[in-house]
Amino acid sequence: MAKITYITSDNQIHTVEVQNGLTVMEGAVQNDIPGIDADCGGGMACATCHVYVKDDWFNRIPKKEDGEDDMLDMAFEPNTNSRLSCQIIVSDELDGLEVNIPSKQA
Amino acid sequence: MKKTDALIIGAGPTGLFTAHQLKLIGLDCEIVDNLDKIGGQCIELYPDKPIYDIPAVPECTGEELTNNLLNQLKPFDIRFHLSERVEEVKKEDNNWLVKTSSGNSFLTPNVIIAGGVGSFEPRKFPPKECVRFENKSLFYSVKDKNIFKGKTVSIFGGGDSALDWAIELSKESNVNLIHRRDEFRGAQATVNKMHKLVKEGKINLFTKYQMTNVHGEQTLESIDIKHDNDEIKNLKTEYVLGFFGLIMQLGPIANWGLNLNKKTIEVDTEKFETNQKGIYAVGDICNYPGKLKLILSGFHEGALAARACFKLARPDEKYRFEFTTTSTNLLKRLGKKE
Repeated sequence: MAKITYITSDNQIHTVEVQNGLTVMEGAVQNDIPGIDADCGGGMACATCHVYVKDDWFNRIPKKEDGEDDMLDMAFEPNTNSRLSCQIIVSDELDGLEVNIPSKQA
Repeated sequence: MKKTDALIIGAGPTGLFTAHQLKLIGLDCEIVDNLDKIGGQCIELYPDKPIYDIPAVPECTGEELTNNLLNQLKPFDIRFHLSERVEEVKKEDNNWLVKTSSGNSFLTPNVIIAGGVGSFEPRKFPPKECVRFENKSLFYSVKDKNIFKGKTVSIFGGGDSALDWAIELSKESNVNLIHRRDEFRGAQATVNKMHKLVKEGKINLFTKYQMTNVHGEQTLESIDIKHDNDEIKNLKTEYVLGFFGLIMQLGPIANWGLNLNKKTIEVDTEKFETNQKGIYAVGDICNYPGKLKLILSGFHEGALAARACFKLARPDEKYRFEFTTTSTNLLKRLGKKE
């Protein structure tokens, strides 16, 4: 279990408990947090679950695997702190993680 | 105007198998899809990725699945209308009048929406001002490459489309290629060729840059691109091309009076009918308690929706359930019996 904080582009803060093994994307969708579309359902095929992770956490969470950066090329306003939230799997170590949701997914 | 027993929106696996089921029970149908090819998400998103959970098919790619479904449709005459988006669905007496973006119209008692997550549209540049130049000097696909002759063209993207066009247009245009990172995801040979042209001065390459602004009154004059380190460059350019792949948008479906739940359409689980009589939704786009977004679920939903179509298309006939192994009727339709 980890407390994950989702911050929307208009600065609404949603903190929810997400079960280990779920993804940060699923945590958002299951809790009706706006701004994460996840059109492809977690298949790393659409880049509509894009989030920004600030440096401190970015360097602590598991690294991107092959293909994630390719998909991020298609995300809306990606930057060096961009991740696909469907690729971040929740574990106890992620307790306190904060992610920022972009103003749009496409 | 074309008359048909059922119109299917979407040529993905669910739409294709639904067509099979309709033809098998003796109804005719036509299929409209916004993409220029058959296969839907299977072809657009993962043509090469293996799928492992199609019953009795241990492993196949999105492309193989599409080809197999098309093979299964061979006995039947089905008209496809590709690169057409359904814009309007309107009630007309006991039928639906359906109009597409190419001006085609259909009159049918049954509309089956097998639209995945909506229609595929190009992903666009973030700056809002880009809209002013869209389809004039800023494009998301190339229709006529001759307009770029002797001009400066700024191409954005890191995949094969961006690379192929950068290479092609570098022959007769001044090409800037701009990408958000150093790595390109295009085919290695294409990436190598591009780097060679960069060395020869035929392509100006800017990596770790993204577009932040466009300038110009009537016509595009220049663009601003911003580096990851916040440095901004202004590039004089006459044309801009963006290749960021496609995104699925619900599009006009939202205006047809259907009960929507986020980006999905609510249906019953008997006929997969929506709140509008004669409009069904099957596959990823439909929603009901327990819905699974699996291709196999789409096949089941299509089979049941097809039977429901029979009642509206043949009100005076009674539908009889038959097996393909034994029914002379079905075997005739499949071309296996005279």
